[in-house]
Amino acid sequence: MTITTQPETVGGWDYSPAPDNTKITIEQKNKLFIGGKFVSPKSRSWFATINPATEEKLADIACAGRADIDAAVRSAKSAQPKWSRLSGTERAKYLYRIARRIQERAREFAILETMDGGKPIKESRDVDIPLVAQHFFYYAGWADKLAYAFPGSEPSPVGVCAQIIPWNFPLLMAAWKIAPALACGNTSVLKPAETTSLTALRLAEVFQEVGLPDGVANIVTGAGDTGRFLAEHKLVNKVAFTGSTEVGKLLMRETAGTGKKLTLELGGKSANIIFADAAIDQAVEGIISGIYFNQGHVCCAGSRLFVEESILEEVIHKLTQRLGSLRVGDPLDKNTDLGAINSLSQLETVERYITSGIQEGAQLHRANEQRLPSKGYWCNPCFFTDVQPSHTIAREEIFGPVLSVMTFRTPEEAIARANNSPYGLAAGVWTDKGSKIFEVAKQLDAGIIWCNTYNKFDAASPFGGFKESGFGREGGMQGLRPYVRLGGV
Amino acid sequence: MTMRRPVDTVMVEQRAASFTRRSIKTDSKQQGLRLALSMIDLTTLEGKDSPEKVRSLCHKAITPWEGVLDPPLPSVAAVCVYPSLVQVAKHALEGSGVLVASVATGFPSGQYPLAVRLNDVTEAVKAGADEIDMVINRGAFLSGCFEEVAEEIAQVRIASGSAHLKIILETGELETLENVRAASDLAMQAAASTGPIEDGEVFIKTSTGKVSPAATMPVTLVMLEAIREYYEKTGVRIGMKPAGGIKTAKQALHYLVMVKETLGDDWLSPHLFRFGASSLTNDVLRQLIKQNTGQYGATYDFSEA
Repeated sequence: MTITTQPETVGGWDYSPAPDNTKITIEQKNKLFIGGKFVSPKSRSWFATINPATEEKLADIACAGRADIDAAVRSAKSAQPKWSRLSGTERAKYLYRIARRIQERAREFAILETMDGGKPIKESRDVDIPLVAQHFFYYAGWADKLAYAFPGSEPSPVGVCAQIIPWNFPLLMAAWKIAPALACGNTSVLKPAETTSLTALRLAEVFQEVGLPDGVANIVTGAGDTGRFLAEHKLVNKVAFTGSTEVGKLLMRETAGTGKKLTLELGGKSANIIFADAAIDQAVEGIISGIYFNQGHVCCAGSRLFVEESILEEVIHKLTQRLGSLRVGDPLDKNTDLGAINSLSQLETVERYITSGIQEGAQLHRANEQRLPSKGYWCNPCFFTDVQPSHTIAREEIFGPVLSVMTFRTPEEAIARANNSPYGLAAGVWTDKGSKIFEVAKQLDAGIIWCNTYNKFDAASPFGGFKESGFGREGGMQGLRPYVRLGGV
Repeated sequence: MTMRRPVDTVMVEQRAASFTRRSIKTDSKQQGLRLALSMIDLTTLEGKDSPEKVRSLCHKAITPWEGVLDPPLPSVAAVCVYPSLVQVAKHALEGSGVLVASVATGFPSGQYPLAVRLNDVTEAVKAGADEIDMVINRGAFLSGCFEEVAEEIAQVRIASGSAHLKIILETGELETLENVRAASDLAMQAAASTGPIEDGEVFIKTSTGKVSPAATMPVTLVMLEAIREYYEKTGVRIGMKPAGGIKTAKQALHYLVMVKETLGDDWLSPHLFRFGASSLTNDVLRQLIKQNTGQYGATYDFSEA
């Protein structure tokens, strides 16, 4: 806060470093998980994964080539009939075991997620990993109730699922993909993002520990080519992709006419709308968790803030204050609010957008100028005012801790501006008036709408977007639909 | 009358919970615990209070622990008693720098004629109270008679003279966070209506300790936000005192984190922040001594009062 005079009694009170020192071991060579075993890549190719907070190499990861993908898909294919013939109750047992084992190893998973991806330990510990376990628990519950989810039709599995996930919530996205697929009797080949493979591979260890039948879930690591080989494979029946809209469009073209089912969870430029009658202090909390959660590496981040004109000054003032209290730095420190940017290339992307914002005439506010570590990829959280809807930073997904602030005068204008985007993933509405919430929310073109809150996730709640944000839902009963074929008997 | 500010309970609770996830270790723990100790209003408010009880409490207030620590432990901020025991406390604390706070205005209910309540204040001040902890008229507040509440606060401030004033909202009876916010705004404005306020001269306080729930993190956060906005409008720093229910050193550190991240380091001073508590003192001592010696003392290692 803007306090100028010095206190007479005490100086500042700061938090001492509180790093999570739990030691975990990381294999130096991380192989592919195919058919229930860790196998060396036939491609003989490896790549390094680093800690984005220190730029230190953590380990080598196998880069799966075409032959490796073929082996993985074939292993999933051969495991599928038996897996789908198991009763729902039996499949559920495995999923429950996975969930419990993840809880038991939660700390290890959280630390590894933070080391490999750069997100603060506070988030991996309190958000990511608990949600991972919840997701397996939740879909374990559905495994023997599929007939009730689709009354009047006979749900049967789709077959082999190629699942490709991004680096922002590595293990959570793996859970979102694998849990419903397995619950419905499918088998899976999952490819994590190349910068964040470690927790998915450790999940493979969990599969071994719980005795998941060989080939039911396979983890293949690699970059874009690996993903392409996987999606293209003839024996794949379904492709599920979370990532950029660009790649999503490519996949749509690739899979067209192949008979493969497809679901896409893509980018977003979600609107967070604050009306003058909202609880402002709490709305500011919502702005903060909307855009700075996970360094802004969130597809549903509330990256476009629309503030009713009459309260703009107050909101900017409070936002500036609150932003100043965020702690940026060592992701393993339990008091860190913002960790490292996931990769150098992402940092460059974010910086390019910040530059474009300045060049196009928006005003940059750097309310938090903490000294950042000399090594690693860092970006102080910031926001722009004087943003015009035509500015690049108001239209394109930045995927970083950068917020664009715009104004509106009437609800109609707010809705029109919010909907004026190629994306339609999420939105936030902040007002103390219940009637206004419903009035506005039903007119917003977004798959997820949070009212007087933001970035709340639950396994029971469907997640997914409209327009260029993709199609298909993950989570909830709706999340089963992409993994079943419906027929009648 | 002030505009009622909307308050969203869900997000207040979320933010309040976030302060409890800060990890306060080593040096910052040591510093924080000492700070917490110096902010305590050591309190006894029972029908069975006797002069001797108050005298031993005063001794504890001045020297919280008889052992030797380097640097020496601070005294607590004040001793808080009923008006009839103010003189005893005043005498026992003479020259120590520890202040005497007296509850007044028909504490804890406030259900007495105004004249009786004001006289209560006058007598406590006359007996030597440095600070008056008053209760607001919750009945009037809840029935919407805000001007009556404000007028009474103004009169109590006048009756308090140079004694500092802590205005108890009794948030457990106000129930909603919006009421807490409205009562906070009202109390600060009413106090200011009788003349300028020096920094730390007026506090708003959560509870009497006689009603459950007493102080909670969400309630305190809403009050801190009211103080922040009042400071930004007027430049005056109002103090904050959560009271009742803060029993452990860990809780106290959570509150300090909340104050720091809501109002800034300025408020991290007994001049502007107090804990109304009794059992908190010994837990803070226990943690402090553990930090220095590596061993937890038994509960009987610390004097009751």
